[in-house]
Amino acid sequence: MTENIEAIDDENVENITKTANSVQFLSFTLGNEEYGVDILKVQEIRSWEPVSRIPNVPAYEKGVVNLRGSIVPIIDLRERFGLGHVEYSPLTVVVILQANFEDRSCVMGVVVDAVSNVINVDKSTIQNSPDFGARVSTEFINGLTSVDNKMIMLLDVDKLLTLEEIYENEDNPLQAIS
Amino acid sequence: MSIDMAQFHQVFFEESFEGLDTMESGLLDLNTGDVDVDEINMIFRAAHSIKGGSGTFGFTAVSDFTHVMETLLDEMRDGRRLVTQSAVDALLGSVDCLRAMLTAIQDEQAVDTQNVAEHKKVLEVELTRGADSSPVASQESATSEQVSDPVAITAHEANVEGWNISFSPHPNMLKTGNDPVRMFRELAELGELTSTADFLGVPDIHNLEPEECAISWKLHLKGNTAEQDIEEIFSWVEDECDFAIQKIQSTVQSVSPVAETTDSTTTVQPDEQTSKEDKETTAEATKPVASKKPVKDKKETAKPANKSSGSIRVDTTKIDTLINMVGELVITQSMLSLVGEHFEINKLDQLKTGLSQLERHTRELQESVMNIRMLPISFVFSRFPRLVHDLSSKLGKKIELKLVGENTEVDKTVVELLSDPLVHLVRNSLDHGIEMPEDRIAAGKPETGTVILEAYHRGGNIVIEVVDDGKGLNKDKLRAKAIEKGLIDEDAILTDKQTYELIFMPGFSTAEKLTDVSGRGVGMDVVRRNIQSLGGNIEIISELGKGSTISIHLPLTLAILDGQSISVGDERYIVPLGSIIESININEDMVNRIAGKGETFRLRDEFLPIVRMHDIFHVESAKATKLTDGLVVVVEGQGVKCGLFVDDLLGQQQVVIKSLEANYRRVEGISGATILGDGSVALILDIPGLVRLANQ
Repeated sequence: MTENIEAIDDENVENITKTANSVQFLSFTLGNEEYGVDILKVQEIRSWEPVSRIPNVPAYEKGVVNLRGSIVPIIDLRERFGLGHVEYSPLTVVVILQANFEDRSCVMGVVVDAVSNVINVDKSTIQNSPDFGARVSTEFINGLTSVDNKMIMLLDVDKLLTLEEIYENEDNPLQAIS
Repeated sequence: MSIDMAQFHQVFFEESFEGLDTMESGLLDLNTGDVDVDEINMIFRAAHSIKGGSGTFGFTAVSDFTHVMETLLDEMRDGRRLVTQSAVDALLGSVDCLRAMLTAIQDEQAVDTQNVAEHKKVLEVELTRGADSSPVASQESATSEQVSDPVAITAHEANVEGWNISFSPHPNMLKTGNDPVRMFRELAELGELTSTADFLGVPDIHNLEPEECAISWKLHLKGNTAEQDIEEIFSWVEDECDFAIQKIQSTVQSVSPVAETTDSTTTVQPDEQTSKEDKETTAEATKPVASKKPVKDKKETAKPANKSSGSIRVDTTKIDTLINMVGELVITQSMLSLVGEHFEINKLDQLKTGLSQLERHTRELQESVMNIRMLPISFVFSRFPRLVHDLSSKLGKKIELKLVGENTEVDKTVVELLSDPLVHLVRNSLDHGIEMPEDRIAAGKPETGTVILEAYHRGGNIVIEVVDDGKGLNKDKLRAKAIEKGLIDEDAILTDKQTYELIFMPGFSTAEKLTDVSGRGVGMDVVRRNIQSLGGNIEIISELGKGSTISIHLPLTLAILDGQSISVGDERYIVPLGSIIESININEDMVNRIAGKGETFRLRDEFLPIVRMHDIFHVESAKATKLTDGLVVVVEGQGVKCGLFVDDLLGQQQVVIKSLEANYRRVEGISGATILGDGSVALILDIPGLVRLANQ
């Protein structure tokens, strides 16, 4: 991980200033897959710390932590995407993201295997994600790009959160009655 | 030296809006036909300070408009005019209009001049009507006067030859910075002025107070001047002097032309009033009274928006206590640091005293800070008289609103968020609850329906009730509707309470036809959601034909709570201390099983269900799975008692409530979260939610 951070310092800082039409993404890995999120949505990167579990929620919603006084939910992206579970280690990374939903913004943390790099992506090179039909959900994938022949899936942070909201609507008051 | 006036604008707006609220509630309290001078004075004062303030800040549109209102109020105050329903309505309409104007100015938007002009006209029509509203006058004459020939009136006006003004300032007038000389100079500009001073009141030289004004004047102003212009000169001192204006009629003055045109049964006194009123008639007299119609409609749209103001007014004594408290805290802190500087074991006692002092002061400080955030619930309630007034006339129902416990204090956040749901509930009561007068009489009830808004404290909660004596909820109808909408199964067995709860379901409305007041089928579910998001609960009790009671239970404050921490496995939860009745160890023979599954235990005379926390929260690490291994905490929430089965009780502590929803969402059974001393997060349990969860 430390190597990666050095890489950010040396090469990419120059690139940042050079390209105008580019967007920056923070890339991270989940298993063998590489993902990216818009760097402007990233608030901070922390190491994993134990969470307080929330009862009766999907398993990938790990719980909540205290982030300088505010309660922030932590979501395991591996489990969210059905990539299986790995034991957390002190090297497990939590990326704190800021998402906007309707008119409010909220902060959440996602557990990823490792943060790899800050990448500059030319907007024109971003492809739409291919349609896999119902088999694979590409709902929160904004587009695909490649860096060094490696495909990176760019995630839509806002949608990641919006998906959770569906659960809220599901809690049907009827259950309280019948 | 130039002062940036803009810095005072915010204060002016706040005060003005407050003044408007005062006026509104005052107007609603006015009994038609019965003049309560204090009430009118209060309204008048509010209008007067808005006028003064807006004049100072150069909002001439506002001050001009207020002036017209003031004139009307002034006449009511002096008993020269009866308080009629139409006048009150006109004034209420103009309060709305003023509010809209002020809001527009505050937002730096253009004032809706058309709206203003309309309201002004209504007021002026009302003013002209006043000429004959001396007790003998009839409504008929009012209309007949309005169509009287303007030309004739102008002619009549021209007959004024001059004015006799008697002016005797109160002794302290000079101290407020008002100089009679300046006023006389202004008067002289209106016409030829002669003055006679009256020195009778001047004491002898030994008793003379040079700062007091003991002289009074008799002034004679020649020329055809409007009374209004004269009054305006005195308007700044009208509370600090006795003054009277008398018109000198020309000798050629015939019978008032108004009297000629009006019905002979009407008596119009050609007193000093007439010319003034008539003058204002000229412009507006031909305006039909029908122009009131759009005003009524406007009222609906001009409802005061639910502003959550960023500032609150705080009693200075509250702040003084706070400052004292901070002082104490500083002293304790310095004492502690002294102890800590060269700490030896024999200072341990000192340290302990210091720490306990610190604890006490922190608690007191916290209490007084919370106290500052507390506002009386009347902030919410105060808008309802108006709402009921408007709605009842719109619905054609007779409704009396009673407010009880307006001084109950609630946290500011609660106050602000409570407003919308309450409006909804009251509207519902008015629209669906209270029957039409004839139906009420037929049902043997008093013609006037009663809606009671009540607030009181109970335990750590504030309870707000909306009670109506209307037709109540029809259980069969509710049930049929729910089945029709597919919300419940046809053979579902529901208790009364569950049946009433149906109305909180999304998309449920039993109103036969939709009105624009309520009954759109959205609403009650939103109300419940809003209340729940405040950490509260809402329930309905109803009796067919007798009325319904909707009660809202809300936590007193949203910020801090006395909590009992409990442990279940590795998890720690906080139970609000207010909802705990007791904690007991139970043995196996106290437990009964219902249908082999549901566990109950007997506590004195009651059978209470046992809610196994580790079960409903799926905590795998729970230590106690046998009932005898753990503890049962008996809790109560919204009338439901149950025993929470937990591993252990930890300590009691005050916790700061943090919202789970800010970044996450609502979780059933959890009302919020808090951060413990070690920095970790503990969830705060929501007892009614838990019971619901356990019943699923």
